[in-house]
Amino acid sequence: MEVGLNHFLFVSVCLFSLGIFGIVTRKNAVMVLMGIELILNSANINFVAFAKYGNFGYQGQIVALFVIILAAAEAAIALAIVLNIYKTFSTVNVDEIDTMKD
Amino acid sequence: MSLYDIIFYLFAAITVLSAFFVVTTRNIVYSAYYLLFTFFGVAGIYVLLGADFIAVTQLVVYVGGILILLLFGVMLTNKITNVQIKTGTVKLAPAAVGVALLAGTLFAGLLNTNWKTFVADVPASTAHTLGLLLLQQYAVVFELLGILLLIALIGAASMARK
Repeated sequence: MEVGLNHFLFVSVCLFSLGIFGIVTRKNAVMVLMGIELILNSANINFVAFAKYGNFGYQGQIVALFVIILAAAEAAIALAIVLNIYKTFSTVNVDEIDTMKD
Repeated sequence: MSLYDIIFYLFAAITVLSAFFVVTTRNIVYSAYYLLFTFFGVAGIYVLLGADFIAVTQLVVYVGGILILLLFGVMLTNKITNVQIKTGTVKLAPAAVGVALLAGTLFAGLLNTNWKTFVADVPASTAHTLGLLLLQQYAVVFELLGILLLIALIGAASMARK
């Protein structure tokens, strides 16, 4: 079977679902961040795939570049927040940080 | 099956399998290393889509930057001496069912959509075109993103050293 748009979109769907799975099942906050990175990558594959198959010129690739930049900023901020959470609660398990629940 | 197809299936298998191991391995450090293979596979897919500059950016930023940041996060927030680098899981079965349903819905949607595909000519290199676009049509967005990244990094540094 000739590789076409659907094949790339299928890889993207797999990455997206696995990222969601990682976010909802893992306890460690860093693992949740890894799930977010998987989702951002799947969105990027979509952008680049439609840039090739969608007759939009290079706009998809430009947006993919912007997404990569935002992912870098997001990872830095999120890691700083996780470090602060670790200093405050000495754990990074997202199910144990429920101080506001009381 | 052409060489292009074989290489695509290879990279797709690397990407999806290592992404699967990322979210199922209990050891966080192993997950981070599997994430490395996922990023490499995605970079290969970008090359197959004719986006060589994006692929190189993916390798430099994700593998060289974000993955190292994540590894720092793992190392700084776990008791290394007590070998506590494991992660627990919550509600595996309902999550698996829900995610399978989501993936099935998305996949059925993309199979049943009649995409109007148009195969553009793949140029030898996209860096020239992307550079011109970034400094002409998207110059404002480019500058704003630069400022945003600077603010984010300063904020992250000041938050982390408190």
